[in-house]
Amino acid sequence: MAVVVSSPYLPILIFFACGIAFAALSVLGLGVVGPKKYNSAKFVAYECGIQPSPRADQGGRVPVKFYTVAMLFIIFDIESVFLFPFAVAFDSLGLFALVEMVLFVLTVFVAYVYVWRRGGLDWD
Amino acid sequence: MSPLALIGPPSATFTPSEVSYLSILPMLIVAGAALIGVLVEAFAPRAARFTAQFAVAMLGLLAAFAVIAMRAPAMIGVTLSGAVVVDGPALVFQGMVLLMGAAGLALMAERFGGRGPDAFTPSGSSVPGSQAEGLAERLGTTTEVFPLTMFALLGMMLFPASGDLLTMFVALEVLSMPLYVLTALARRRRLLSQEAALKYFLLGSFSSAFFLFGAALLYGYAGSLNLGEIGRAVGTVSGRGGLLAAGALLLFVGLLFKVGAVPFHSWTPDVYQGAPTPVTGFMAACTKVAAFGALLRLVYVGLAGSRWDWELVLWIVAGLTMVVGSVLSVSQTDIKRLLAYSSVAHAGFILVGLLAIDRAGIAAVTFYLASYGFATIAAFGIVLLVRARGSEATHISQWAGLGRRAPVLAAGMGLLLMGFAGIPLTSGFTAKFAVFAAAVAHAGAAGVVLTVIGVLSSAVTAYVYFRIVVLMFFSEPGGAPVDVLRPSAGGATAIGVGLLTTVVLGVFPAPLLALAASASQFLW
Repeated sequence: MAVVVSSPYLPILIFFACGIAFAALSVLGLGVVGPKKYNSAKFVAYECGIQPSPRADQGGRVPVKFYTVAMLFIIFDIESVFLFPFAVAFDSLGLFALVEMVLFVLTVFVAYVYVWRRGGLDWD
Repeated sequence: MSPLALIGPPSATFTPSEVSYLSILPMLIVAGAALIGVLVEAFAPRAARFTAQFAVAMLGLLAAFAVIAMRAPAMIGVTLSGAVVVDGPALVFQGMVLLMGAAGLALMAERFGGRGPDAFTPSGSSVPGSQAEGLAERLGTTTEVFPLTMFALLGMMLFPASGDLLTMFVALEVLSMPLYVLTALARRRRLLSQEAALKYFLLGSFSSAFFLFGAALLYGYAGSLNLGEIGRAVGTVSGRGGLLAAGALLLFVGLLFKVGAVPFHSWTPDVYQGAPTPVTGFMAACTKVAAFGALLRLVYVGLAGSRWDWELVLWIVAGLTMVVGSVLSVSQTDIKRLLAYSSVAHAGFILVGLLAIDRAGIAAVTFYLASYGFATIAAFGIVLLVRARGSEATHISQWAGLGRRAPVLAAGMGLLLMGFAGIPLTSGFTAKFAVFAAAVAHAGAAGVVLTVIGVLSSAVTAYVYFRIVVLMFFSEPGGAPVDVLRPSAGGATAIGVGLLTTVVLGVFPAPLLALAASASQFLW
């Protein structure tokens, strides 16, 4: 490789530039080249989530179920964030880390059991 | 070469950090009790939940305190690779948080001998006493407040014992999140309560972000998040002073928000008024203890060497906090808002002691927090008992003539207010004397100026407190009749402890002063 990297942070800068360029190109490019055939379905919330009307600030009620599921999802998401590096380094960690991880998973499991028992997973 | 080959096994061998389980045993007990509380909430039958929750939480707190009381000398040490530092100040602050937490829990469990509901709503949308509330009561209960309080207490115990900024941030969040939820749970005046919770959450999130930004800048300065390392870097690293000053000030924003110092106090009156009264008492006492514990460690361990950078700012903040807190308390007509502004003024007095930057300052702050915390919980406990048509009579005009209707309760409130004002022979006098003496002795001219401001502010707050005493004892009861409920044993104990500490720490302050002085050495 003939490229001389002058600063160890330069790749990070390039990475940022690529990310911003990708996002900008996607948004701007779609507006230019994308097909535009509008019907009523195109104006509702995309794929999932609640309809923004009736709005809560105007006295309407908003189903709270989505939030419970979303929070539970985030909890397990975070759990897996910790599980992946643990699994990669499992061989060199030994028994101590295994016990720690079991304790961690059990603690998260308590939250799950609580949501289940209190009806947070019943849809109706 | 496949991309996966880049992620080889870690080259360095892993050595688990040394854990002194005795040092963190009180925190483990509280965490365990909180988790058991969650499981009780999930599995125990509804009728048994209240008793079970209260027993688990109380036993957890008392067991954790017993460990500290009996094994304190053996617990001292740096553990978990420097993330947790258990030293004299940390243990004293943990002990205070545990005892005040127990008093706060006793008030939260106040159901007036089973005749009345507690201060919490089972469903934020239901009118008190309505059918909807009855339905919500069958589906869930209000006993979730016990595990929430225990999680908050876990954060409050870790906060003054955290050895690095990341642990401090985690503790800050662990203590804040349950408090946001608890604030929203008032059974009466629900909109006020929910509005207060939203304000607290938004402003609290802002202040947490400031704290995190400050921690990042200090890491950029010192190359470490460890407070001891930062303290050592202050004397040796040069040329990056801008990072140090900016980082220190941003960290102060995060912590001064939690103690409610001006100009980060604007949430205090709204949240203190909106939150259920037992929760207000709990967070007024315990949050302040924990946050001042963390502030002490940050200032004395991490930043004392760079005091020239930020001292002037904190002097101004302390002076403003005393003046604004006491002056604004004059115009309050709601007893909870009045106590909120008085707690702002108290935060200013405590900051004066903290700014002594000397061991005498640590001891004075500890003593002040002990005398202020128990008295505050008792004061909010008394507010809980004075009712008009079932709802708390928080407008101070409703307290007129209370001395005739309930002489014991009014006398108790009077004593607590005398303590807040700092009348001799109450704990407040000794506490104020201790912080001002430390400031005059060790903070030079600024200490003298702050002490003058402090004494003048005390005079202003004394006027406010005396006005309520006069209102209770020397004016005719007017308007709608006010009921005074009889507290159950737990609530009466919490109020009694507050009254007792006000008198005992005022008349015999020596033992606690000696304990605070002997436990005023930070480890790092």
